[in-house]
Amino acid sequence: MAYVSLILGRVGKAVIVLLAILVFNFFLIHAAPGDPAAVMAGEAGATDQQFLDDLRERFGLDQPLPVQLWRYMSGVLQLDFGYSYRQQMPVLDLILDRLPATLLLTGAAFCISLLFGIIAGTLAAMRAKRPSGSIIMGLALLFYATPLYWVAMMAVLVFSVTLDWLPAYGYSTVGAGYTGLAHAGDVAVHLILPALTLGLFFMAVYTRMTRTSMLSVSQQDFVKTARAKGLAPGVIQRRHILRNALLPIITLAGLQAGQMVGGAVLTETVFAWPGIGRLMYEALMQRDYNLLLGIFFFCALLVILFNMLTDVIYRLADPRIKQGAT
Amino acid sequence: MTLLSSVTGRLTAAALSLAVALPAVAQETPQSGGVANVAIQPEPPGLMLPLVQNAPTQRVAGNIFEGLLRYDADLKPMPQLATSWEISDDGLAYTFHLHPDVIWHDGEAFSAADVVFSADVFLRETNPRTRAILDHVASIEAPDDETVVFTLKQPFPAFIQAFEVGTLPIVPKHLYEGTDFYHNPANNHPIGTGPFEFAKWDRGSVIELDKNPDYYEAGKPYLDKIYWHVIPDAASRAAAYENGTLNIMPAGSVENFDIPRLAEMDGSCMTEAGNEYFNPFAMLWLNNREGPTADKRFRQAVMYALDRDFARNVLWNGLGKVPNGPFSSTLAAHDDDLQPYPYDPDKAEELLDEMGYDGEPVRLLPLPYGETWTRWAEAVRQNLEDVGINIETESSDVAGWNQKISDWDYDIAFTYLFQYGDPSLGIARTYVSSNIAKGSPWNNVEGYENPEIDKLFADAAVENDADKRQAMYDQIQQTLHDDVPLAWIMELAQPTIYRCSVHDLITTGIGLNDGFKNAWIEQ
Repeated sequence: MAYVSLILGRVGKAVIVLLAILVFNFFLIHAAPGDPAAVMAGEAGATDQQFLDDLRERFGLDQPLPVQLWRYMSGVLQLDFGYSYRQQMPVLDLILDRLPATLLLTGAAFCISLLFGIIAGTLAAMRAKRPSGSIIMGLALLFYATPLYWVAMMAVLVFSVTLDWLPAYGYSTVGAGYTGLAHAGDVAVHLILPALTLGLFFMAVYTRMTRTSMLSVSQQDFVKTARAKGLAPGVIQRRHILRNALLPIITLAGLQAGQMVGGAVLTETVFAWPGIGRLMYEALMQRDYNLLLGIFFFCALLVILFNMLTDVIYRLADPRIKQGAT
Repeated sequence: MTLLSSVTGRLTAAALSLAVALPAVAQETPQSGGVANVAIQPEPPGLMLPLVQNAPTQRVAGNIFEGLLRYDADLKPMPQLATSWEISDDGLAYTFHLHPDVIWHDGEAFSAADVVFSADVFLRETNPRTRAILDHVASIEAPDDETVVFTLKQPFPAFIQAFEVGTLPIVPKHLYEGTDFYHNPANNHPIGTGPFEFAKWDRGSVIELDKNPDYYEAGKPYLDKIYWHVIPDAASRAAAYENGTLNIMPAGSVENFDIPRLAEMDGSCMTEAGNEYFNPFAMLWLNNREGPTADKRFRQAVMYALDRDFARNVLWNGLGKVPNGPFSSTLAAHDDDLQPYPYDPDKAEELLDEMGYDGEPVRLLPLPYGETWTRWAEAVRQNLEDVGINIETESSDVAGWNQKISDWDYDIAFTYLFQYGDPSLGIARTYVSSNIAKGSPWNNVEGYENPEIDKLFADAAVENDADKRQAMYDQIQQTLHDDVPLAWIMELAQPTIYRCSVHDLITTGIGLNDGFKNAWIEQ
């Protein structure tokens, strides 16, 4: 019961935070120079006052800012995110159309980085004083420090252009017309390079964090007690050290998961992955206000959702954490 | 095994070199089949060309829609939807005879009523550039289903240049008449008369066009499909061309520093053709209203200070042309005898001394269109600083650049403008004082006012006698050349890079925007 009221309280706060984010973002993007009408007129290579006036009227930009805000917010409260005049489609359709590709990419990267990061970190902790541990940490540092776009470009040059093993870009093979399982396989092949690229950085972060955390936990008294009881080293590593070392990793995973919608702009750009990150970047450049606000809304929503989920997982991982303690 | 494969390898190589040796024979007969894989960036906001005028839309939708005419490399009109045309001796009546067998992609018959609707109703409402041209038109009538007559208010010889697909695309009347043009469902599945039909658009990935099986020119088009690949990153586009996924790279899709590398690959060809109608002309806006740039001597000093050949040879790979004055060299009215400003820093310093330039800071606004433009701004800055001009570079994104130019909030700013085949369509707009108005980056934003130039442009536009018109245009070029309302820095090249197995890709002065009607791939 206490649990439910906790969740309800959280949801209430979340709604307020979401609305505040929307209002803040609304003013922020209207503060940027240029508006969508000017951008579209600029791209047309020729324009006149009538053209601009027509556009502004259709976009509702001829209204005072508070009126525009009121119209937008009242739309959002009815789950109407407006219309992207530039793309000539409802914002919600555009976002839902791109969301699966992004979730697939960031989700895959998330799983890869978390799984391999924890494994590598555990190995590095167990071999902290051996060369193999140092090699793991050296690699982790390398991936941690290398810029994402550079890794992406090198991966394309090596695996696509030179070796021709993997496709250079895109979501699926254009014109192949695959269906069912063949399509899934095709998408999976296209997913490998972008997901690895995106996952490498976080994998390195998890590796470093797991190792540090495990080493510090392994010094604690209850581990010594377990050893004294004569438990097998493997059991101690898994049940005693790893489980207790996981809390900071869960925190970080929650943060990474929160970035799943908007955090892949670079990777999506280099690999021409048809996701939300690119949509957001283009909307920003083109001052496509409605679309941009819509994407911000979904990003914020996801961050809030994952924060709540993280809290729940904390409690599962460590029953000592109780309500009110956080 | 190794021996065998090496022998086969050699045989293939021999066969290949034979094919290379006999291109003339191979080129004679177009082959049907094959797929064009073309890079497109940025992604078009829509494909309804009569509604959306931006560059990527024009590039893709020129396959779906058609105009009455096309133009060859000398900008002479060629038949398209109109098979023949006459202009009355007084220059007032333009009569077009339409192709009788044209049908829309949805199966409806095309007729003169579509042309009247497009020009008189649709484009007057939606397209600012076409609207300005149609101001010269008193009436548009269809005496029968295959004839359209445009009657002008006064002669306007440039009118015959205004019928290409990007300027006057023909809209299906049966789908648009009486509807809200901007929310018509057909916008998401555009219906045209062109050689290719809209098939599918995966936003963010690919636009798919299919061959129009009922195209009215027998046997055409040759290609089965066109895929437009949306790839935002220039290095990824280059990689996709290198590994063979793409076979056509339109101008602008390859970063300048990558052009030599891609063009010199085996089996890769490059052409600068297809540039003639638009001929993007790079300029520096010089604010004529205030600051040092308001002084003619300062503006002339800028022209002397710029090493334009260096920019062309180093930044633009030796492609493009240094202009001799305000008119681009592909225009018939271009004055070949005009002497260009030479690179002469001493002369520039002399002029600056004469006007008493005191080192007042001058703001320079680059065009945020990628690496080459950024470097160009650095080169210009260095040229100007060398003669003692105190430059402050500003930076912005495209929307910010638009805003600053439209609000006249700059001292010197990069831009480029299309020429549209005639001075009265593409050039007059930049210099006549009636075109001074805030809110547009494409009018007389430098604020140049000269009643003599106003009158000459106005008279030349309606002068039906070619010699008299040329005399006026010569005088305009001379006057502008001396006044330097803005700095003319380069006629930009528009190199298309493509696999040499693709033939007849560009057959008109409109280039890739004219569609792939004639293109075919050697199998």
